[in-house]
Amino acid sequence: MNDTKIRGAEIVIKSLVAEKVTTLFGYPGGAIMPVYDALYDYIDQVNHVLTRHEQGAIHAAQGFARVSGKVGVCMVTSGPGATNLITGLADALIDSTPLVCITGQVASHLLGTDAFQETDVVGFSMPGTKWNIQVRRVEDIAPAISKGFYIARSGRPGPVLIDITKDAQFALGEFNYTPTFKVRSYKPFPQVSHSMVAKAAELINSAKKPFVLYGQGVLMAQAEEELKAFLEKTGTPAACTLLGSGSLSEDHSLYVGKLGMHGNFAPNILTNQCDVLIAVGMRFDDRVTGDLSRYARQAKVIHLELDPVEINKNVKADVPVLGDCKESLSLLIEKVQPNSHQEWLDEFLQLENEEKAAVVSRDLTPTKTGLTMGEVVRYVNEFKDDDAVLVTDVGQHQMIAWRYFAFKSSRTQVTSGGLGTMGFGLPAALGAQLHDLSRQVICVVGDGGIQMTVQELGTIMQTKAPVKIILLNNNFLGMVRQWQQMFFDKRYSFTELENPDFIKIAEAYKIKSSKVEQREDLSEAVADMLLHDGPYFLEVVVAKEDNVFPMITTGCSVDEIRLS
Amino acid sequence: MKKFTISVFTENFIGILNRITIIFTRRGINISGITASESREDGIYRLTIEVTTTDEQIVQLVNQLERIIDVIKAFYYEDDQVVFQEIALYKLPVSSLDPGLEKVIRQYSARIISAEKDFVVIEMTGHKEDTQELLSILKKFNIMEFARSGRVAVSKPMQTLDQYLQ
Repeated sequence: MNDTKIRGAEIVIKSLVAEKVTTLFGYPGGAIMPVYDALYDYIDQVNHVLTRHEQGAIHAAQGFARVSGKVGVCMVTSGPGATNLITGLADALIDSTPLVCITGQVASHLLGTDAFQETDVVGFSMPGTKWNIQVRRVEDIAPAISKGFYIARSGRPGPVLIDITKDAQFALGEFNYTPTFKVRSYKPFPQVSHSMVAKAAELINSAKKPFVLYGQGVLMAQAEEELKAFLEKTGTPAACTLLGSGSLSEDHSLYVGKLGMHGNFAPNILTNQCDVLIAVGMRFDDRVTGDLSRYARQAKVIHLELDPVEINKNVKADVPVLGDCKESLSLLIEKVQPNSHQEWLDEFLQLENEEKAAVVSRDLTPTKTGLTMGEVVRYVNEFKDDDAVLVTDVGQHQMIAWRYFAFKSSRTQVTSGGLGTMGFGLPAALGAQLHDLSRQVICVVGDGGIQMTVQELGTIMQTKAPVKIILLNNNFLGMVRQWQQMFFDKRYSFTELENPDFIKIAEAYKIKSSKVEQREDLSEAVADMLLHDGPYFLEVVVAKEDNVFPMITTGCSVDEIRLS
Repeated sequence: MKKFTISVFTENFIGILNRITIIFTRRGINISGITASESREDGIYRLTIEVTTTDEQIVQLVNQLERIIDVIKAFYYEDDQVVFQEIALYKLPVSSLDPGLEKVIRQYSARIISAEKDFVVIEMTGHKEDTQELLSILKKFNIMEFARSGRVAVSKPMQTLDQYLQ
């Protein structure tokens, strides 16, 4: 009987294999050593990526999850290893990214005694996880992992943390893996109400100026085709949130732009002129709505949403349609009448032209000295693959890259949306790239953010992940500087940086690099980078004090969006 | 702002109370009373939580409570939708026992549940106003200690938990 028993540590690895985990990001340490020891016998089945910091591991797992739709997995030790995950957990929770994080814990008899590298990570991570658990007995390991994967990926996805004591990792137990399909207290997929769908269809059928806002929920439900079919049948213009980008190709005639603070002019203004607002898989974040008391008050609101908490949280829904939007959109498509709204669509085009004249041409084809971030993205679009993934950090470069990158297919964007985590970009790009080495992954970062997780260049060097890194260097914490300029009398309090020689850093990590300071060199540099077989680091020195527009300033309404 | 009673039915899972209170903390809502007990169903626990908040907030709070994986169901009620009680204990020195005190005890349907050499403990079950009123009277009798539970409540609507337990 005893010969069938294996250590808890090996049960951890066999459970991951049973969940078809092929890539794992992590960092070893005392309390997780038994699992790392067990992993040594499974390296042909699980590709473990050693990052340079636990924060790098979790952001990489997030990048992996976001492009693949699978659960991202990371594994770290107790104490500081575990607390270094916290930012990533909070980021994954607010952006609904499925993760399973395994943390080592001190032996159970030491719990609560301030043992070396003991920390209450279950307590720490409670507000930052969808679910977490501490496992102290070997027989509970496989069930916890099984339940964790199910919870992470089902319903509205999110991060799960499983803390395993060292004695449970050493103890012997039987390996018996049963996938979880149900948890009694957890209802991940509310049933779509047919009567609500009928009410929604009625509103849509009588609408003169319907408008669709789509978010990441469309990607998560894999409802891209349903969204497109619905839009085409009803002739409804559609705009995306930050995380919804890519659900619909931007080439589509009904695509009218991006929502929110630095989104496009037309969809923001016309949010306050539509008669029926159809929100699909989005949560009316404050960066999308601006002043709520003046947001789409004239419109009837239909909200297709999986998470009951989001209904009426920020914007009151006249017709809430709870449930998976793939299902509710399919039902809606049957009930809506074919329609077209050309005049309404023309209103979008007219405002789009205003934005082009005032902002876009200045960003993309500037004539003054000083490179713009926008023109860098323009060349990226020229040479990139259609399914290239854009990974960004947080700040001005993030907004500019999002605004101008040509999103043509699904799951082509990875960014920290809800939490706004600087330092997210580089490790997330690594994770996205390791999901599929053949896919182009373009990581756009600023000089502030890259220095928060720059050590992950080491992981890129070691894995040879062919990430294309574009550093847009303005020697400033640009977004904060922009706000200081606009709202704090240009008092540039601690936003100017004295930067290292980034090219030397890239060279130290044996990553091919180049630096562009002149406009005439840009096109070739971007083309060379994208053609290079392997990781590449391109530094572009951009204008120091450029601003991102359009902009809805805090406290303003969406239709008060500024072009300058 | 209104007073609400929230009934939360949960699995018996370590840390569940912590997860629940985090939701109140985040929105800055004070829990004015809380009790925990078993429910009719084996292995399912019920928490009764009293809060003062708005109609809008209470809906969001309860939705967020239900989103917790190990919460089976959460309901909220106004006072007229629940039958509820609280228990209060009053500790007094034996020297305070006199006919006046006995009269008060009878008047409030309270009772002495423990008599020791130096002190007696009086128990009263009722609503907060009643137990509070008795407290103010007992201050004249040199009360030494007072404790009151959070409310326990059962709902008036004829709904049961069974339908949420498939």
